[in-house]
Amino acid sequence: MTRYIRHAAAFCALLLIALLVNATRVQIVQSDSLDENPANRRQAITRFGQPRGDIMVDGRAVTGSQDTGEQLRYERTYKNGPLYAPVTGFASQVYGTTLLENAEDDILSGTDPMLAPLPFWNDISRDQNPGGKVQTTIKAAAQQAAYAGLGGKKGAVAAIEPSTGKILALVSTPSYDPERLSGTSSSVARSWAALNNSSDKPMLNRAIRQTYPPGSTFKVVTAAAALDSGTVTDLDAATKSPSPYTLPGTTTELTNEVEGCKNATLRYAFAWSCNTFFAKLGADTGLADMAGTARNFGFNDTGLKIPSSVAASNFDTSMDKAQLALSSIGQYDTRATPLQMAMVSAAVANGGSVEAPYLVDRTTTDDGDVVGTHGTETLQRAMNPATAMQLRELMTDVVEEGTGTNAAIPDVTVGGKTGTAQHGIDNSGTPYAWFISWAQKSGDAQPSVAVAVVVEDAAADRGDISGGGSAAPIAKAVMEAVLGG
Amino acid sequence: MTGTTVGSAPPSVPAVRVPRRRGTELALIVVAVLLSVYGYCDVGLAKNGTVPPGAAGYGAGLGVLALLAHLAVRFRAPYADPLLLPIAVLLNGLGLVLIYRLDLETPGDEAATAQLVWSTVGVALFIGVVVFLRDHRVLQRYAYISVVAALILMIVPIFFPAVNGARIWIRIGGFSIQPGEFAKILLAIFFASYLAANRNALAYTGRTVWKLKRLQLPTGRVLGPIVAIWLLSVGVLVLERDLGTSLLFFGLFVILLYVATGRTGWIAVGLLLAGFGAFAVGSLEPHVHSRVEDWLHPFASIDAGEGPNQLAQSLFAFAAGGMLGTGLGDGHSILIGFAAKSDFILATAGEELGLVGLTAIFLLYALLVERGFRAGLALRDAFGRLLAVGLASIVALQVFVIAGGVTGLIPLTGMAMPFLAQGGSSVVTNWIIVALLIRVSDSARSQPLPQEPS
Repeated sequence: MTRYIRHAAAFCALLLIALLVNATRVQIVQSDSLDENPANRRQAITRFGQPRGDIMVDGRAVTGSQDTGEQLRYERTYKNGPLYAPVTGFASQVYGTTLLENAEDDILSGTDPMLAPLPFWNDISRDQNPGGKVQTTIKAAAQQAAYAGLGGKKGAVAAIEPSTGKILALVSTPSYDPERLSGTSSSVARSWAALNNSSDKPMLNRAIRQTYPPGSTFKVVTAAAALDSGTVTDLDAATKSPSPYTLPGTTTELTNEVEGCKNATLRYAFAWSCNTFFAKLGADTGLADMAGTARNFGFNDTGLKIPSSVAASNFDTSMDKAQLALSSIGQYDTRATPLQMAMVSAAVANGGSVEAPYLVDRTTTDDGDVVGTHGTETLQRAMNPATAMQLRELMTDVVEEGTGTNAAIPDVTVGGKTGTAQHGIDNSGTPYAWFISWAQKSGDAQPSVAVAVVVEDAAADRGDISGGGSAAPIAKAVMEAVLGG
Repeated sequence: MTGTTVGSAPPSVPAVRVPRRRGTELALIVVAVLLSVYGYCDVGLAKNGTVPPGAAGYGAGLGVLALLAHLAVRFRAPYADPLLLPIAVLLNGLGLVLIYRLDLETPGDEAATAQLVWSTVGVALFIGVVVFLRDHRVLQRYAYISVVAALILMIVPIFFPAVNGARIWIRIGGFSIQPGEFAKILLAIFFASYLAANRNALAYTGRTVWKLKRLQLPTGRVLGPIVAIWLLSVGVLVLERDLGTSLLFFGLFVILLYVATGRTGWIAVGLLLAGFGAFAVGSLEPHVHSRVEDWLHPFASIDAGEGPNQLAQSLFAFAAGGMLGTGLGDGHSILIGFAAKSDFILATAGEELGLVGLTAIFLLYALLVERGFRAGLALRDAFGRLLAVGLASIVALQVFVIAGGVTGLIPLTGMAMPFLAQGGSSVVTNWIIVALLIRVSDSARSQPLPQEPS
């Protein structure tokens, strides 16, 4: 019997070995894939197990955390949620993260290895670092001015510091309170459904994710291309410009909303936004130069990140002459984000150089130790410095005596360009009112702010007066807020 | 067989006695209690940042229980294997720590205190067995009473309402017990007794089924009663949907039949029957069929959008533990939900103690089993040998069935991890098993070593 008892013991030993081999399989071999299984709540529990780091504006937190005592313990709170939603995005237990909450998630959630005092330490201790802080480039006063200016209307504002690319304001209206998406309660699901089904699209970041036909504000790009290529050399020389202008190869006649555009000078045509003049100017400059300049301003760039990705603005690279003429006045297929048009204005203000726009000045640990900083980075040169000087003159004239007088600020040099983009079938939609501008305090070496404003439901009166009437005062308020601070 | 005083050898044989090692046992018990108290404090520190207020009471309670058990062994079974009791104390202490740890996640559903009360009952019965059962061979006389009692215990729950799909509970007032647990011991006694009495007939008589004499079927008169008992018990368990226990009885029966007769054919027949039975039940019985489906596709419910099932949650818990574990109190095995403290307690051990801790726990069980087999090898009476092997096999099979189930090695069957899992009947039964192993190991080690294996 002894032999058989030994056999039975060996059988039990085999069972034990099978258990150990299988435990190793689950705990070591398959552990990574099991840990990452989306149905495994552990990552979420760890993630929400500590307060999330804050997003800062002007040194003040615009976010917060609330201890709910639930399984996903800390919920995100927002101060002035609708005001900063286009900057912060949301951080939801259920629906994930967007915008800065998404782009800087590693810092905010504390998982970024740079936050650890020692490399690999956290791997051993299984500790989690407290969430870091994200210092934005936003100026609270500018943001508030833009938000208040848009009021209840649909629209967006982007403001940039031209010499650095710092984004000073990024507003999209109508907005929403991201706090409504924090937590796991049923009201979160209702908010999510309501926000997504709303015809106003409150969660759409119109400043960076929506492209609009830029209308006459695009004439800045056309003028830059014409001056750089030598199509026009003298701002004050009369040109051969018919009014009305028949689009090349068609019988379609283009007209103006203002008088005096026939054989106008570039200065006059720019100040009063002559469509006939700029359509012909673009066609005369040619597709290669127009497309090249547009690209140098940032059009057709699908890779721009601030750090959230920015929708690419469009300028077609193969068109016939008539399409090119229409594109040169911001119509046909030309589309731009408000941020892109702020970059156009900033390039003029910055001597022709386009600085990469950015939203995060620096990231720090919870204690304030700097983890990363964002330096200024020149994207490319949009035009010659001399051309930039000429365009500054042209844009200043618009505010001093043209369509943009509503943006004038006493004792400040302000340059601007109005635009009204018609859209819809047979231009039936209410036109978009545009205004792009920059401002330079007297005594300052260079302009300190460039702004783009778009208002979707502008007053119904047609013509560039709409951009000057609806959008220019908002731009003015934003510029004043920046200059005043 | 009566009249032999335990602890004395026939004078004609030179006494080669095993050292008693009661001091070793006491030292190991102290270590086991300290480890448990350490774990208890660790949970409190991890969850609340303070040593739990009950730590001293818990340590004292466990310590007093262990000490009383030790004294019973010291005076009534002085030659008993010194490892058995410390292993039981450590596993029971660790189980209490794990249950207390899970209690913190389920306010309003507190189980650790009840478990401590049941452990006290278990230790009391342990002491009772060690003190009053002077010779294990006495049990042989009660073989038929045992089997009748076992069958009654197994049948009674049929008349009580099902709890979570299984009719294995008796509820009276706020009290619930699982009589099937106690039936394990009684059946082991019956099998050991019957096979010890009839093993020659089973091994050497009967009709040859194959010409090659690979398999001889014993006469129906010998084989009949035991097969009938076995079929009856397994049948009842299938009715009660207690598949883990039916698998356990099946394994116990095959192992004891093999050890008693030494005929490999029994193993072949056993495996064939098991395979056929498993296939039939697995494909016909919907409850079991779903368990098999879960085992084959543990993440099917996730793909179906219904979230992870218990097995998937259990696998997540084990994976989260990795090599070293998250530390006591820092895991999230409560996500398993229902049965986290009972059937799935091992997942908490796996997550918070890691593969290292899990291996340690498996090795503790392996030592317990090995010590049982060793006692069986050293004994000279066939009944004692089969009883020791049977009890050790119960522990081994039970650990394999439940641990294999929660780690996805075999289909899941609801069963309690010996000593670790929440469950009064289970912890009491296991203390009695250890008491019987103490008793047989005392007999084995107080005898001179057998000169010739029989």
